[in-house]
Amino acid sequence: MKIAIFPPNSLILADLIERRGHEPLVLQKEIRKRVTDAEIDSPPLNITEEEPIKGLKYAAIEVPSGVRGRMAIFGPLIDAAEAAIIMEDAPFGFGCIGCARTNELSMFCLRKRGIPLLELHYPTTKEETMEVVNKINTFLDKLEKLEVSNG
Amino acid sequence: MVKIAQISCGTDYSGIQKEIEKAAETFGAQIIIPEADLNYIDEAYKKFGFNAASTGIRLMIARATSIVEGKTDADAVFIATCFRCAEGALLRNEIRRFIQKNTNLPVVTYSFTERTKADELFIRMEALSTIVARKSLLAREKQEGLTLGIDSGSSTTKAVLMENNKVIGTGWLPTADVIETANIGMEQAFNETDYKLADVDGIGVTGYGRLRIGHHMDAQLIQEELSVNSKGAVYLANKQKGEATVLDIGGMDNKVITVNDGIPDNFTMGGICAGASGRFLEMTSRRLGVDISELGPLALKGNYRKAALNSYCIVFGIQDLVTSLAAGGSKEDVAAAACYSVAEQVYEQQLQEIDLREPLIQVGGTSLIGGLVEAVSTVLGGIEVIVPEYSQYIGAVGSALLVSGLGVKK
Repeated sequence: MKIAIFPPNSLILADLIERRGHEPLVLQKEIRKRVTDAEIDSPPLNITEEEPIKGLKYAAIEVPSGVRGRMAIFGPLIDAAEAAIIMEDAPFGFGCIGCARTNELSMFCLRKRGIPLLELHYPTTKEETMEVVNKINTFLDKLEKLEVSNG
Repeated sequence: MVKIAQISCGTDYSGIQKEIEKAAETFGAQIIIPEADLNYIDEAYKKFGFNAASTGIRLMIARATSIVEGKTDADAVFIATCFRCAEGALLRNEIRRFIQKNTNLPVVTYSFTERTKADELFIRMEALSTIVARKSLLAREKQEGLTLGIDSGSSTTKAVLMENNKVIGTGWLPTADVIETANIGMEQAFNETDYKLADVDGIGVTGYGRLRIGHHMDAQLIQEELSVNSKGAVYLANKQKGEATVLDIGGMDNKVITVNDGIPDNFTMGGICAGASGRFLEMTSRRLGVDISELGPLALKGNYRKAALNSYCIVFGIQDLVTSLAAGGSKEDVAAAACYSVAEQVYEQQLQEIDLREPLIQVGGTSLIGGLVEAVSTVLGGIEVIVPEYSQYIGAVGSALLVSGLGVKK
């Protein structure tokens, strides 16, 4: 199944998802498309004024362009997700899109989708970490069963 | 009394709360604040799913939930946050969608500054109040008797004389002195018929000058443009049943109104930047040395992609057009670029905030600019845009139609 993650560029979450046979919808893949684009208009990301305009699908014109530009990349991943994992309160080394408003909106959009959703808080001890990993694996395995039963 | 529930953040600290209340009271409405206790706030915002950092915004979510769950008795909703607050802008839209999805209440949103005064809110409060309190008036589908409608707009004044569901006389001229201009417009309309002012059964007035003209003429209907224009639009386009969106790109501000069975149920109004208004096109035509009526056909022959227009500001936008002309750009391409720029801005600033319902009925003086109508359709992915006959007289027609519902003067 296609699983959206938050933070959307968390390598650890992406890795856990891949290990359980699902497809993580990660920001890096989208950014890579832009970095390797032959026509780089706006290096290093090749984001032009078109992206914040596309982001209007997710946020109104009064919302700063940086939020809308981010949503132009992350929003379609949210739309494509069949399930999602949200890790709140994570330090920025775990994954980060650098904008509190985008964080709020992204998590809201994921919740609003009504897809299977696992919400977690960043673990701070070894015990909590093991518990979080177990929860993620259980969630992902259940999705697999769901997929099989749905044909 | 119409109860308007206020869901907002920052109105007290911006010093504009009393202005909001004054605007509502002016139109027979009362502002009420939905109740939400501390436990309910936590419960509501967690349920809503938006972890806003500002507690004022969390309170907004709780108040919206209180309305949706029937804990607050309201007839309409006014949602407002500070201009330039990103979190406020995000939530204003999400809360609007939430209320519209779960209730039938009319909603209006607004972003304010400390300079917001009651009169800036008049049109919105009046429209909310009208939609709730005067539904029967808005349900009128046929004009009867002999009625006069006057639309005193920021750029032009229009007058229309209607008799038994037909337009029989029209007047149109640039607005100067409000009363004097209205008199000339009326005279033009009467000159096309054998009637005089004493013969009419009712007078309806709308537009910026409505209060002055209305009181001066003792009009039976003095009404804001949002409900009048939407009514006039569905009437002229013969779309009184079902859904539609009305777009009016005016000389100073733009209105987008969604309508269900002829009654408006949501609207947005822009009006701070003239770069997205008819005024910009007026300046463009002056710079191109053509009459505004020639701009549309000119734009239809041009290609907007060939003229660089990188600024949305009316001043810098015109500078861009001048640069394009100096670099050898054709008048046609420049006209097309100006139309496309206005359409694009209207989309970005307003149309995306509303759940667009087809057909789109474009009205007002700018609807006669063919290039602009085409640009609006292009920006919206090629949807059908209807421009009805007399579209430039929309406010005057709407006023003449609605006043005939108020009983005849004998």
